[in-house]
Amino acid sequence: MASEFAVEMRDIVKRFITPEGNEMAAVDNVTMQIKNGEFFSMLGSSGCGKTTSLRMIAGFEWPTEGEVYIEGVAMGHTPPFQRKVNTVFQSYALFQHLTVYQNLAFGLEMEGAKDDEIKKRVGHALDMVQLTGMDRRKPKQLSGGQQQRVALARALVKTPDVLLLDEPLGALDLKLRKEMQLELKALQQQLGITFIYVTHDQEEALTMSDRIAVMSKGKVQQMGTPVEVYERPSNKFVADFIGESNFFEGKIKSLSKDEASVFIPSLNAEVVGMPVSEGLVKGEEVVVSIRPEKIRITEKDLKNTNLFHARVTNTVYIGADTHVYLDVNHAKLKVLEQNRISRLDPKSFYVVGQDVWLMLMPENTLVLKKD
Amino acid sequence: MLKRLRENKAAQGTLLALPTTFWLFFLLIIPLFLTLVISFGQRSPDGNVIYTFSLNNYIRLFGYSTDCPAGQTSCFDPLYVQILWRSLTLAFNTTVLVISMAYPLAYFIARAHPKKRNLFLFMVLIPLWTNFVIRVYAWMMLLRKEGAINIIIGAVANMLHIPFTPFEMLYTPGAVLVGMVYEFLPFMILPIYTSLEKIDNSLYEAAADLGANAVKTFLRVTLPLSMPGVVAGTILVFIPVMGTFIVSDILGGRQVILVGNLIQRQFLDARDPTFGSAASLILMVMTLVVTYFYTRKFGFGEEIVAA
Repeated sequence: MASEFAVEMRDIVKRFITPEGNEMAAVDNVTMQIKNGEFFSMLGSSGCGKTTSLRMIAGFEWPTEGEVYIEGVAMGHTPPFQRKVNTVFQSYALFQHLTVYQNLAFGLEMEGAKDDEIKKRVGHALDMVQLTGMDRRKPKQLSGGQQQRVALARALVKTPDVLLLDEPLGALDLKLRKEMQLELKALQQQLGITFIYVTHDQEEALTMSDRIAVMSKGKVQQMGTPVEVYERPSNKFVADFIGESNFFEGKIKSLSKDEASVFIPSLNAEVVGMPVSEGLVKGEEVVVSIRPEKIRITEKDLKNTNLFHARVTNTVYIGADTHVYLDVNHAKLKVLEQNRISRLDPKSFYVVGQDVWLMLMPENTLVLKKD
Repeated sequence: MLKRLRENKAAQGTLLALPTTFWLFFLLIIPLFLTLVISFGQRSPDGNVIYTFSLNNYIRLFGYSTDCPAGQTSCFDPLYVQILWRSLTLAFNTTVLVISMAYPLAYFIARAHPKKRNLFLFMVLIPLWTNFVIRVYAWMMLLRKEGAINIIIGAVANMLHIPFTPFEMLYTPGAVLVGMVYEFLPFMILPIYTSLEKIDNSLYEAAADLGANAVKTFLRVTLPLSMPGVVAGTILVFIPVMGTFIVSDILGGRQVILVGNLIQRQFLDARDPTFGSAASLILMVMTLVVTYFYTRKFGFGEEIVAA
């Protein structure tokens, strides 16, 4: 391969004119380097610029500023049909007037492939997505999951350098979606093609990706592995968007290279030895993030310094877990308790109004910049 | 009684279809049957129908004539076959011309900004507010020797000092064709627009993504997906053009006689309803045959409902 990076977006800005006549940056100064063979996800809520970014790589939109490189080549205004990338559309965009076979053959015919080669490659692609024998059906005669596979096969049969996927599993039901997530990941590893995957589903991104770009308001908030973005979110937005977090406001009392002690007024305590994100200074007003599953509840006061008295305000049983809502001094908090033991007696759960103690381990917290 | 009707879906259907069934039975099936009966009859010298079973009218339509040069009792007269053939070719030419004009316009409207589409469609429909006959007369005013077109060209020629003799445009096959195309254009634009408008933009993107340039995208995606609209439009244009007589009457005069004119004259001028009935049935059979083969090849055009 010509370049280390399959796709590179350099200083990309994309502006639109809104119906009201205002200029709006859908993508605002985004730089991303996507490595060859990587499963890369762009994650964010609708309007964050992830789909627009993908469309600029595909060539359906052109950047207002900046440049997209595919395999090291600047794309400029290269039209989609001359780019060695293929797209799986959110709506699948299957040709309803053509059979499954003809849908897959379409892209190969455009390349000028010979009939017997088309036959071989289409057959292979259909095997790959487990649709063998469906080649004579029209898309309307297939289930949603099967249509999704046709869309995938139609893009893959072209053997692109990069496959772009725009929320391809969005229309499927939960169970099928989970199956397809694992299948897609396996397929990507088997083929070694670079996948760029757009989704608003954080669990989906965490499940499949090698790296994730968390986006908001046209900007990349954080880029990293699933573990990095979950365990070490770089700001409050990411901590809030990926998974759940309890946030406490506080002030840095002392600060070393990667640890800080922070006074948290709502807990009326100074917590020492907490990991920090970058760019913090001593005395700064900060936010402390604690994941609900990283807090332990005990019913006895163990006389530990990291122990805080709390009162249960609500519990929600959701099968695998129980969500326990608590009041700590003047702060509200959520704790996620795994239901590791099968219990039926409601008294064996925490009850509303019960006094408990929370164990906050400093290494399980994170100090973040206040927005 | 009402409760039972509420549960009986079949009875509901029958009840709903009843008014139309009555209407069609008395005003379509019975008259059609009468037409068939009359077409086998003979005209009496005073213009009445003598009910017999005779194929004379049909034989006459296809060229058998007794009005021959001296010494012959029968001969071939191509007059009516020519009229039938002229009607068929005119309907075909009109349809082809209308498609070639309507398709680009429908495409343009379908790809226009959604806010502007309704305005454009509205503009397509405006001519239909004026009576059909008046619109044809308007073409007469434009096309005749002292008409608007000749006046304007004449004025320009006069300014440029070019000698100009006004064009003879009225009462020619061309005038009838122009009139037909004008009259039936909206009936082609609307169904084609409907089918084009339904094509999701992501399909164009998918085609481009798979390597198709604009021309290939049009030929392989846009055109096939809009064919139902073209088929529906063709049915809506071809059938009426085959039968209409007003356009040819006003713009064709005595020069361009179509089967519609022939039928009209048999009933009103020649006072021969038997021959008129035979011509009507032949027109119907011709139209049915063409429509049958056409729809068998291209489908029935679901857009006919949408339009």
